[in-house]
Amino acid sequence: MSLTGPAATLLAATVPDVITFVLCAIVVLSGAVGVITSRHAVHAALSLVGTLFGVAVLFIEQHAYFLAAVQVIVYAGAIVVLFLFVIMFLGVDRRENIATEPLKGQRPLALLFVAFSLAGVLALAAAANWVTGAHKVAGSTGAGHHTDTFLLGKSIFTTYLWAFEITAGLLVIAVVGAVVLARRPSRAHDAPEPLVASSAGRDVGGPGAPAASDAPKVTAGTGAGPGAGAATTGRGSPTPTGKVHEPSGVGP
Amino acid sequence: MLHAVFLVPLFPLVGFVVLLAVGRRLGEPVAGRIGTASVAGSFVAACVTLAGLAGRPSGSQVLTCSDSCGAGASAAGAAGTAASGHSFFTWITVGGLHVKVAILLDPLSMTMVMFVTGVSMLIHLYSIGYMKGDRDFTKFFVYMNAFVFSMLVLVLADNLLVTFVGWEGVGLCSYWLVSFWFFRDTAASAGKKAFIYNRIGDVGFLLAMFLIFSKTGTLTYLSVFAHRNHLVGGGAVVAAVLLLFLAATGKSAQIPLFNWLPDAMEGPTPVSALIHAATMVTAGVYLMCRVNPLLSLTPDARWVIAAIGGVTAFVAATIACAQQDIKRGLAFSTVSQIGYMVLAVGTGSYVAAIFLMVTHAFYKGLLFLGAGSVIHGLDDEQDMKRMGGLRRFMPWTYVTFLCAWLAIAAVPPFSGFWAKGDVLTNVYARTLPLYALGLLTAFFTAYYMSRIFFLTFTGRERWREPAPDGRPPHRTPHEAPWVMRAPLVVLAFFSVFAGAVNLPWVHVGTLDEWLRPVFGHRLFVAGLSTGGQVALAVADAVVAVAALYVAWRLWRRTTDRPALEPMFLQRVWYWDNFYDLVIGRPGQAFARACAVVVDARVIDGAVNGIGTLVRSTARGIRRVQTGYVRNYLLGIAFGLAAILAFMLSRTW
Amino acid sequence: MSIGPAWYLALAAVLFALGGIGVLVRRNVLVMFMCIELMLNAANLSFVTFSRVLGDIGGQSLVFFVLVVAAAEVVVGLGIVVAIFRRRANTTADDLHEMRG
Repeated sequence: MSLTGPAATLLAATVPDVITFVLCAIVVLSGAVGVITSRHAVHAALSLVGTLFGVAVLFIEQHAYFLAAVQVIVYAGAIVVLFLFVIMFLGVDRRENIATEPLKGQRPLALLFVAFSLAGVLALAAAANWVTGAHKVAGSTGAGHHTDTFLLGKSIFTTYLWAFEITAGLLVIAVVGAVVLARRPSRAHDAPEPLVASSAGRDVGGPGAPAASDAPKVTAGTGAGPGAGAATTGRGSPTPTGKVHEPSGVGP
Repeated sequence: MLHAVFLVPLFPLVGFVVLLAVGRRLGEPVAGRIGTASVAGSFVAACVTLAGLAGRPSGSQVLTCSDSCGAGASAAGAAGTAASGHSFFTWITVGGLHVKVAILLDPLSMTMVMFVTGVSMLIHLYSIGYMKGDRDFTKFFVYMNAFVFSMLVLVLADNLLVTFVGWEGVGLCSYWLVSFWFFRDTAASAGKKAFIYNRIGDVGFLLAMFLIFSKTGTLTYLSVFAHRNHLVGGGAVVAAVLLLFLAATGKSAQIPLFNWLPDAMEGPTPVSALIHAATMVTAGVYLMCRVNPLLSLTPDARWVIAAIGGVTAFVAATIACAQQDIKRGLAFSTVSQIGYMVLAVGTGSYVAAIFLMVTHAFYKGLLFLGAGSVIHGLDDEQDMKRMGGLRRFMPWTYVTFLCAWLAIAAVPPFSGFWAKGDVLTNVYARTLPLYALGLLTAFFTAYYMSRIFFLTFTGRERWREPAPDGRPPHRTPHEAPWVMRAPLVVLAFFSVFAGAVNLPWVHVGTLDEWLRPVFGHRLFVAGLSTGGQVALAVADAVVAVAALYVAWRLWRRTTDRPALEPMFLQRVWYWDNFYDLVIGRPGQAFARACAVVVDARVIDGAVNGIGTLVRSTARGIRRVQTGYVRNYLLGIAFGLAAILAFMLSRTW
Repeated sequence: MSIGPAWYLALAAVLFALGGIGVLVRRNVLVMFMCIELMLNAANLSFVTFSRVLGDIGGQSLVFFVLVVAAAEVVVGLGIVVAIFRRRANTTADDLHEMRG
């Protein structure tokens, strides 16, 4: 019913805008599809980068220049790099088998719910004329010839100062947390990683059990020796980094 | 003087409490003396009250609590209720129900009080000797005093509810006393049987109370009688009367609730004498006499009552002819005699019923005490086939028993002759079939009583020989000690001369005149000519003497006559078997069904089922939690879809 | 004259849906994270659109904060991933399913 609205704006827009939008939309969507269909994690990361760039251009299109820059720098420049680091760290050449789905009913239901949600959102938005809301609540854009950077900065450091400070604290916490989490267990009699303690300690048998992982947990070394060691060797985990401080009795 | 009436129930209550508290420490025989003294005090107070009541003019001899209880009290039928303003306390005031614990003192209750306290006093004295050496000596007197108190409450109450309290109290004390030697299974069962049969009757009492209250709005006797016309219509009065009579059959051991009395002989003999001869079993007859204004409203109910009385008297008399245990024989005799009283009540001759009740208390009490003396003398032997020839060894018992025997056999001029004659005369004037039944029963009465007498006191001394089933012979029987003999003598005196209170040709100072304020015009007057009365009296005498002769010929020498003791009679006309078959077995089957089916399967099943339901539901719901994060994400997606669906439904 | 907000919002919605499907279908933990980033980007895009149409700087501020928090989230999330899946043969999300009922 209100499709005439969007269609009208499309027709009323200038040609460069339309072309920009269409190209960027293609880039974004193909990047997204790439993310969800790549078998290789690195390919997925690269597709993600494409999407992020496309979104950045769309930001520029919408006169949010600062955010576009920040998007590229932070998202594409830091977060995706971090992703790539972790992919490398955990094994870059692993391929995931996307053809099969071990959980029953997961794919059909996922498609169903997401498709329904998409349709619902679009229908609701269309019924509400796409954009409704109060104007200029937190300060207008482009008012008085200020740049968006200026306005954004002013908004952050005055109206949303409290949130700003908290997010700063959040960042500190996140960094500290990441350091603690990712720390490698240093010595033999250190406290083991809490997350895998229960499961690993128990299933020392059966090579077929998928959950039985050779735990990085190293207890008072020799005590767990043969059993844990056997499992460790049995697994033969091809971790490139796990050379230092292996449990005794395990070959390199 | 009249205020002494408050002491009458108070003395046994005090005795009960004292013995309960310190009786065990006092031990025998002090406890026995205290018990006897309390009842004696009650008797003295009763005598004082009697003097006071008799001194009043006959118009103002019905005394009850003050005007505040029941608007109808002042308009009661009996001429002029004097307000003596006494009630112990107000018990219940709920809605329209006002119950005061108060005393109704009139000639009827006075008569009852006199013979209850008098006979109780003698029996308490007797028990000191009979229960000597028993390990529960004190407990016996505790129960006996409690019983006397309950009986007095029953008799003196001025409303149905307090009567019911006494009613239940005597039932309870009877249970305690019958199963006194509870370590014997038969005694314990007998106690239960007595209580349960009484309880069945009590349902009738309760229902009658409900009915009477719902129609007349009060439970006080005088108020109920004043408003008794409210009961008329819709069969309410018949129902109320018959329900009260059901209670009376339970308490007084009439058909259909009489089986408990023979089994209740498991209790000690003084108990049988007091409770099951003189007092408790007469409570039913007393209740019927007390509610006689209601009886006068329904001739139908009265026919039912009379018929049951007559039939019970006959059936019990036939059964008594075949009993071998002396106490069981006397028990059936009690049932039979009370049948006579109920028959009299049914025909409206209340004075005759009370007269028989009083004389019966004397001679039946004496018979039981005498039997107790025999049992005591023969070291607890109760089988008459193993007695005999005791006349030489127990002369006092023999003579007193003889007096009682002649009294109950209705041999002139003993008291029983006048009392039974009074009853039969009234029945004759009313209904011929029941009179014939009554006369036949009188023959049997004299017959079985004589049989008992001859088997016990005359003939061969069978106790010297070992029994056919191997029991050893007894040592020489000894006469009872004086504590036991004295009550026998007193009761014998009254058995002989008590008839004087209501001789038919005397019209002044008789029981009839004394009780007129209570029964008044509701009394049925036989109205026979003098010749008719003499003829009836002669018939009674002839029947009695003939039966005596028959028994003398049959039983004086021989003891073994199985043809005259058929199993049908010995087994109480198979009445117990019948109840067992019709009520007992189905009841047990029902209980078993309830236990196995209802309790185990239905109720437990439901409760366990809820648990099982919870478990299985939980098991089903647990499957949602697969442990896979992606399934949980699917849940989030589902939630999102659901919210959107809801919002869409709201929009359109 | 720019095209209307409807197109941008539709694009954002489709991007969000694709990200959602990716999260539900892929088993590799890192790829699932990337799909979550897609969804966040879709949200950012719609915020910026609203900010432009309504003339409100609050939308852009929110995008700013979303960016920061997304970064923090990625950091912590990847730290956890590293901690769990260090030296494991496969790193699928299905391997952590002990907490089942």
